[in-house]
Amino acid sequence: MIRFLLKGLVRDKSRSLLPVLVVAIGVMLAVFMRGYISGIMVDMIEQTARFNTGHVKVMTKAYADNMDQVPNDLALIGVDTLKDDLEKTFPDIEWVSRIKFGGLIDVPDENGETKSQGPAMGIGLDLLSKKSKEAERLNLAKSLVRGNLPVSKGEVLLSEDFSRKLKVNPRDKVTLIGSTMNGGMTIYNFIVSGTVRFGNTPLDRGSIIADISDVQLAMDMNDSAGEILGFFKNGYYEDEIAAPVLAKFDKKFVNEGDEFSPVMLRLRDQEGLGLYVGLTDSMGAIMTFIFFIAMSLVLWNAGLLGGLRRYGEVGIRIAIGEGKGHVYRSMISESLMIGIAGTVIGTAFGLGLSWLMQTHGLDISEFTKNATTGIMMPNIVRSRITPPDFYIGFIPGVVSTVTGTMLSGIGIFKRKTAQLFKELEA
Amino acid sequence: MKALLTIVLMTIVFTVYSQPAAEEIIDRVDRNMSSENRVFESTMTIKGKRGSRIITSRSYTAGDKKSFTEYFSPPREQGTKMLKLENQLWIYSPSTDRIIQISGHMLRQSVMGSDLSYEDMMEDRKLIDIYSARVIGNDNIDNRQTWILELTAKVEDVAYAKRKIWIDTERYVPLKEELYAKSGQLLKRSIMSNVIRIEGRWFPATIQFKDMLKQGEGTEFKITSIKFNQEIPEYIFTKAALKQ
Repeated sequence: MIRFLLKGLVRDKSRSLLPVLVVAIGVMLAVFMRGYISGIMVDMIEQTARFNTGHVKVMTKAYADNMDQVPNDLALIGVDTLKDDLEKTFPDIEWVSRIKFGGLIDVPDENGETKSQGPAMGIGLDLLSKKSKEAERLNLAKSLVRGNLPVSKGEVLLSEDFSRKLKVNPRDKVTLIGSTMNGGMTIYNFIVSGTVRFGNTPLDRGSIIADISDVQLAMDMNDSAGEILGFFKNGYYEDEIAAPVLAKFDKKFVNEGDEFSPVMLRLRDQEGLGLYVGLTDSMGAIMTFIFFIAMSLVLWNAGLLGGLRRYGEVGIRIAIGEGKGHVYRSMISESLMIGIAGTVIGTAFGLGLSWLMQTHGLDISEFTKNATTGIMMPNIVRSRITPPDFYIGFIPGVVSTVTGTMLSGIGIFKRKTAQLFKELEA
Repeated sequence: MKALLTIVLMTIVFTVYSQPAAEEIIDRVDRNMSSENRVFESTMTIKGKRGSRIITSRSYTAGDKKSFTEYFSPPREQGTKMLKLENQLWIYSPSTDRIIQISGHMLRQSVMGSDLSYEDMMEDRKLIDIYSARVIGNDNIDNRQTWILELTAKVEDVAYAKRKIWIDTERYVPLKEELYAKSGQLLKRSIMSNVIRIEGRWFPATIQFKDMLKQGEGTEFKITSIKFNQEIPEYIFTKAALKQ
């Protein structure tokens, strides 16, 4: 029976070509869009986590209330003890201290007078400890354009574009002019060890990266840090891991009445990332649903048109004694085959496109160059092929074809048998 | 009834005519507060949300164009020097051995975390040269009668478009001051106290500054010694002096 139907489909191209094409195109788009959007989302979320939010972040309550202003005067004090305590309480999370700061980078000439100057945003993180994974986390080695990573105190990395703007080369001296934890002015010398490019316009515009001990010295922040970031050991943010961590933290560390008490924020509670986390989780379902609806509508109409064209055939089959139910079931079986064929073709093309997009990416730096949000958008967006991409197309591909046929079949059989004979005679 | 009315009218006329004109008041305030030159030592107690810090310094000022300040404590600030010449300001940091010119928005930064900005430190011009004044009322501060003067900037390059000053009616020193932005927002408030008489002039030795946009309890600026009309060597007001 299956072989018979298959032969019919192959020989009568008008019955199979259009539906297979519709299914293939729809599935291809569904697979590609899912890979593309989840690629952007995950890249964006994880890049933001690595540079900015962590998977969870611990700050003082007062700092958290004004987090956008990076208020280091409200930073955590006694971070070494607190970090030890966090490591004991949550051994499955990697805890790192960070200090974010703003200031001016001043470049002296040979007489010590200002040669050039520019505003910078900086991050102080553990670059010099042997066990630290911070350089790896920020992908600093691969981002290096000139020079090398800091290997001793007093060394700093500048973003490549910023260094070009200031006409600074590795081994040059630069001076940071900023604010101390007490609000006073700090003037601190660094030697540029190298330059980096992150592929993220706001970061590349004017960033400096220094070891946290230097930043603590510069900002008068002995044993203090603005933030302690926690990273889950599986490398990805998950609400299921974050929720119990937050509950346990609140119970053990938070003192409601003290504005300098530590508080914890999950990644989804920062920078409006909750929406993106939710979207990433449900992206497969959203894409499947959209394409299921769209393709069902198209295939329903295609089925109706095909059915109308096959009135004569259906009429004869009924006239020679084939049951309505049998005709209906055979039409559905045909659509199942069309759906599977279209889905296989569409998935193959969709995965191919996704692979191209994953390998080469799409440069969107023109759109992100003026971005000022805390969410970090990579300049080159890439698709991300995951196991569900191999089977997700079968849901809209097969289900919508069958649904379309079922709907059009009902339409056809609602007409009376006598009318079918009449149409046959005509 | 007529007699009563006459007395009331005469009292009003007397009050009005006994009060000097606003310009005359600020001119006399300027004469108290400004001098040919002065050398003073001070302590600045910065009362932050997490504790206090005390900063000590010595300043040399010549007219309203030149000043030089050297900081002695705390250890982190020791040896830091500031030089103001006309409308330019340089800061020397001994730990970096660099002289940095402070300009633009950096002038609005806090001096050592206090409630004073570099802009505040630089403003030494006489009030009468940069503000027009009018008396808007009377008040009593710590049992001292004061006139309330409203000052409106008559030049462009001032840090505060409006000021309200409470002037002691006898000693012609400000006892309270409020500084406003062009928008009318109150930016800073100062309370002057411990008014002492030095070399024939009245001078408030303690000023409590409060930046209204900043957390904390303010900054107490106390002059521990002050001498007017001293001979200050000219080299003090040079960039070379910063590194010495």
